Amino acid sequence: MSQATPKSGVQIEFVRQQMLPEQAAPAVSRGPIGWVREHLFPSVGQTILTLFCIYVLYLIVPPIANFLIFDAVWSGTDRTACATEAQGGVQPNGWFGACWAYVGAYMNQFIYGRYPDEQQWRVNIVWLMFFGGLIPLLMPSIGFKRENIVFMVLVFPVATLILLTGGNFDVQGTYLPLAILAVLALAAAYGFARGSQSDPMPGLKTTAVVFAGLFVVVTLLGLGFGLERVQTDVWGGLLVTMVIAVTGIAASLPIGIALALGRRSDMPIVRFVCIVFIEFWRGVPLITVLFMSSVMLPLFLPEGVTFDKLLRALIGVALFSSAYMAEVVRGGLQALPKGQYEGAMALGLNWGQMMRMIILPQALKLVIPGIVNTFIGLFKDTTLVLIIGLFDFLGIIRSSTSDATWATPVQSLTGLVFASIIYFIFCFSMSRYSMYMEQRLDTSHRS
Amino acid sequence: MTKTVLTGVLGAAVLALGASTASAATLDDVKAKGFVQCGVSQGLPGFSNPDADGEWSGMDVDLCRGIAAAIFGDTTAVKFTPLSAKERFTALQSGEVDVLSRNTTWTMSRDTQLGLNFAGVNYYDGQGFMIRTDMNINSALELSGASICTNTGTTTELNVADYFRANNMEYELVAFEKADEVVAAYDAGRCDVYTTDQSGLYAQRLKLTDPGAHKVLPEIISKEPLGPVVRQGDDQWFNIVKWVHNATLNAEELGVTMANVEEMKESENPSIRRLLGTEGEFGADIGLDNDWAAKAIAAIGNYGEIFDRNVGPDTELAIGRGVNALWSQGGLQYAPPIR
Repeated sequence: MSQATPKSGVQIEFVRQQMLPEQAAPAVSRGPIGWVREHLFPSVGQTILTLFCIYVLYLIVPPIANFLIFDAVWSGTDRTACATEAQGGVQPNGWFGACWAYVGAYMNQFIYGRYPDEQQWRVNIVWLMFFGGLIPLLMPSIGFKRENIVFMVLVFPVATLILLTGGNFDVQGTYLPLAILAVLALAAAYGFARGSQSDPMPGLKTTAVVFAGLFVVVTLLGLGFGLERVQTDVWGGLLVTMVIAVTGIAASLPIGIALALGRRSDMPIVRFVCIVFIEFWRGVPLITVLFMSSVMLPLFLPEGVTFDKLLRALIGVALFSSAYMAEVVRGGLQALPKGQYEGAMALGLNWGQMMRMIILPQALKLVIPGIVNTFIGLFKDTTLVLIIGLFDFLGIIRSSTSDATWATPVQSLTGLVFASIIYFIFCFSMSRYSMYMEQRLDTSHRS
Repeated sequence: MTKTVLTGVLGAAVLALGASTASAATLDDVKAKGFVQCGVSQGLPGFSNPDADGEWSGMDVDLCRGIAAAIFGDTTAVKFTPLSAKERFTALQSGEVDVLSRNTTWTMSRDTQLGLNFAGVNYYDGQGFMIRTDMNINSALELSGASICTNTGTTTELNVADYFRANNMEYELVAFEKADEVVAAYDAGRCDVYTTDQSGLYAQRLKLTDPGAHKVLPEIISKEPLGPVVRQGDDQWFNIVKWVHNATLNAEELGVTMANVEEMKESENPSIRRLLGTEGEFGADIGLDNDWAAKAIAAIGNYGEIFDRNVGPDTELAIGRGVNALWSQGGLQYAPPIR
């Protein structure tokens, strides 16, 4: 029998008339202590795991921190700063730390390769244009997207080509072929328009604008601008890594989309060509492509005719990554329900409009992780160009470790740690940005 | 439409960036472009190595500078193309470089099969062994049963096999891909012996935790004559490269140095007068000025100076002259006379 049950004739001593105010949770289950209890030590098994992890961190982190920061050498002029007494240096025997002094001494080379010192302002302008153009483009809150895209797609590549190489190309021979091409293209545009009974003017206009643009670009490339010529074999370091990665990324997306659409096309020849292209480039290792381009290709050419090595690598990397990109995009195209295609067709959209307005926006959004995955893979694959004697960022670090001025046991270790930090920064930024884009574009349409 | 644009752009890029044609006579070609294109290694201390400012130095590099000086009187009229071991011969065959000066071993097959000519030997190298001093071993013949660290896929591996089999000794091979890994493994005590070319042993010793506790054994178990290479079929250019190297050797023998080359021109010694172009018309025979050798020596010095500056006892590598001494001092370096 409960005491609270009122009975007739029984004196009720106390009945609470109002609610007690809310009280904070007990100290052990709130604040930092509560969080720790709940997340780190909720049960015996979890506690053991937590303690084990702390122990592992204790084993790993202090030595790394010591190597990278506390025992590291930050300044010096040659190997003595980073060598122990037994090795002919100034550090006590048994010392083990990173030699940032060596990285500092080589920093210029790590960034610019052997690009002439007095010409490096040109590379700096390119960095400035690249990041200055890219960052606003990536931030949705900043306007002028159209102008920005025009800058990055048209102005930036031409300006970069002229700035980095020095321009003044021999373009005399390109005018005539270009003019012939222009006439042919105009005729083709007119012919198609007439064939399909539509107004030829828009097609002709676009063609004319494109070729006028090409003429301007070619003329610009032919101008000197008073810049000294810098051969690509002195380019190196982060510059080469970025040139290859950015070219590969910029070329692979459009070519990949075109290939993916071609592979799903109804036209047998187009489909066949695309399949052969994709399967061929996916079927050979990148290192083979680079090696062939550098070792076999010159043997097929007449003696003395040489193609620029960097150009060979750029073409190889671009074609290679396009094939991968094509398959990623095709995955997105196939993931769309058939209703999307049928709906678009029912609206009376032609093929181009359907792809541009209905299919591709959805397909590409679906495969953002795959696309960025390919980009990151491509960025890291650029290190393979070392095999053809181009010094990318990692290549120049590896080559610098042979310098007897800085030769110590920690030299190559420091260089490789530095390389991994820089590569990590780039790849991690790409990864975070892609996650941000995924969330931003997420429409929660789960099919 | 897209295709035509693509072709146009590609065509323009190819025309603009790439194609250049070389004629048969390398010297004319070099004179026309104003510099010597020299193939070097991707970094080997003492032979061809870029420093923190990107300046190349080393014995192989000096040879190229000497050639440039003999032709143009200017040591900066040379451009260096770093080449990997795999692509070096193709680069020379295809005309990408005019001379390959990249610590390349002169072997019969390379000389006869590749359409190339070796123009001399600017460094006699050979495979050697490095061991810990506390092992108390003084000869490679006492190494039976040792574990040996080396690079994979190089002739060093085969040389070791030959040497140990010929001397009826046992060994265990510990092979790695990169030189840095081999050194690290040896330093960590995973093997008793580290083997590679002797010049390399001295260079890698700097990366050991305690360089003083290691020594290089005196035995050399292979012949590695390193020298410059040119394309077959251009004898004039072949002669230029060969004689620039020979001129540095003759200069050392005759006591002509970088510093005294000008006053030596007045010397009474006919050999010196012929070398420096005061007498005879030797320069004309190889298509150069008569003072070609004087210009080269003024720029890079004689062979002894080149050796001391790049790999000699006062450098980090501290390699002794050994077999690379002049023939008159018990070494192998011998140049035919200029007459």
